[in-house]
Amino acid sequence: MAQPESAAVTAEPRAEPGSGAGERHQRPGAARYGIVFWLAVAWLVIIGCCAAFAQWLPVGDPEEINVRDMLLAPSAEHLLGTDGTGRDVFARLVHGARVSVVVSLAAVAFGMLVGGTLGIMAGFFRGRFETVVMAVVDVILAFPGLVLLLALVAYVGQSLTAIALVIGFLSIPIYARVARANTLSVAEREFVLAARAMGAKRRRLLVSEVAPNVVLPLLAYALVATGVIIILEGSLAFLGLSVQPPTPTWGSMIAEGKRHLDTDPHVAAFPAVVMFLTVLSLNLVGDRLRNRFDVREANV
Amino acid sequence: MRALRSKLQRLVFTVLAVSFLTFMLTSLLPGDPARQILGGQATPEALAAVRDDLGLDEPLPLRYLEWLGNAVTGDLGRSYQTGQPVTEAILERAPVTLQLGVMAIGLALLLAVPLGVLSAYRAGGAIDRTITGGTFALLSIPNFMMAILSIYAFSVYFDWFPATGWSRLTEEPLDSLRSAFLPALSLAAVNIAVFTRLLRSDMIATLQQDYVTMAEAKGISTSRILLRHALRPSSFSLLTVAGIQFGIVISSSVVVEQIFAVPGVGRLLYDAILQRDLMMVQGVVLIVAIAYILINFCVDAVYTYLDPRIRHGTT
Repeated sequence: MAQPESAAVTAEPRAEPGSGAGERHQRPGAARYGIVFWLAVAWLVIIGCCAAFAQWLPVGDPEEINVRDMLLAPSAEHLLGTDGTGRDVFARLVHGARVSVVVSLAAVAFGMLVGGTLGIMAGFFRGRFETVVMAVVDVILAFPGLVLLLALVAYVGQSLTAIALVIGFLSIPIYARVARANTLSVAEREFVLAARAMGAKRRRLLVSEVAPNVVLPLLAYALVATGVIIILEGSLAFLGLSVQPPTPTWGSMIAEGKRHLDTDPHVAAFPAVVMFLTVLSLNLVGDRLRNRFDVREANV
Repeated sequence: MRALRSKLQRLVFTVLAVSFLTFMLTSLLPGDPARQILGGQATPEALAAVRDDLGLDEPLPLRYLEWLGNAVTGDLGRSYQTGQPVTEAILERAPVTLQLGVMAIGLALLLAVPLGVLSAYRAGGAIDRTITGGTFALLSIPNFMMAILSIYAFSVYFDWFPATGWSRLTEEPLDSLRSAFLPALSLAAVNIAVFTRLLRSDMIATLQQDYVTMAEAKGISTSRILLRHALRPSSFSLLTVAGIQFGIVISSSVVVEQIFAVPGVGRLLYDAILQRDLMMVQGVVLIVAIAYILINFCVDAVYTYLDPRIRHGTT
């Protein structure tokens, strides 16, 4: 489950064909990213493993209610204590990672696939196709995202798939914009010109010259977007509009903890910290990689 | 002028497209609206009555035109739960959300301007790195988490501000500011980070300009250079972004209004969604979306008008 994060990282030091102009002259290597970067990567890998292997990890049952043990402080038996109905907070955190990871990965994959394809094609073929795609993109972006998300989720339903698809659908326009902006600048590069001069067909130009150079910046962008999606899902869960109980999610755990804020703040604090660290890590890693790939937001 | 006209055309197109999408949202998605309103055990007669009442059996384009025509005259239908006209409900709650938005952006600017100036002035130093790191962390805190944190800090730990409740600005101005403080702070947090980062990078660029060096050579005091020579040109892009963020804040205050039990538009939307109140959802989404578009349009227009580089088409 952690593959996309680590894949983006391991794919990173590969030499980019055609780079050079305007890039900072730094050798690819581990040292340059610094310890914070690798800590963030490690945290993301841990979260990914929790999501993938939750039921095999020795963490106990996240849904077992035990009223006698409610609101216990952290101890050897309950590492992070228990919540208002005596459920183990640590077990719920580990299992709750699943919803966040599944929703964000599915949404990112869906949004990036559809939006990226549309954006690359719009930027490559230009003309009427581009006009139509970008007009639709502008209209969807004209909506305030959270409002549209709430309205859609209310009607489509609150299953894991529905939420992932709705969030993925809403992120299509952003990917389309990023992909188009990158395609526009890549299409001007010398190696594309050279391929064209050698008589490459448009299809070949698109698939093997332009697209590979747009995918990497898009992936770096997707990492930051994953953080945003985790926050969005958290907000939905907090409002009780995400996956329904008893399935644990970080957002619903924070909402539950809010009730015991005055006596037992740890119930809300642990999921909040985990969520914060995850989003922070995604932002950190995404930010570094985005600098590396030099996606200028001004172009978007 | 020509630029303005094409912008206006775009605006009209976008608003129409948004209204169409909003309408489709509640009409095309799976599920019979009548059944959603009445619940699972409704009799066929009751369902038919509701369908007839809402005009659900008429063809879709006709319904859209009718709805749009009514919307233009300010009639967005009635809530199916309370019978209150949708427009009235929105107007009643709009001032609350606007107040929250203004306070949030104001609070964010108040904190971000000194932080940004300090950060740019000491660029690369320890203070700058602390501020930059802090803003980076702030960007990773969702507003509901900020809300919980501020309730814990300012309401549970120090009993300074109320955690829930709301007083109207027109009735009890001081109480209103007090009750709005924590929600506004929660909404402001992310914007503090956005503004500080923007101001920092903008001012670092400005401070490298020749005229700043010139001012330094003339012996003008540092604070004067920072505030008059560097902050002024940078405040321009700051205000633009503040405008855009204002649109985002008022449209995303749903969660925060829910936490603090603030009777604003976001809460109205949330309740309407929970109660499957179709007309209300449709109306609120439409109004919020149009407000959002209009704010962005105004920001864009003001920006174009004020910045001579864009006004004359040379960038």
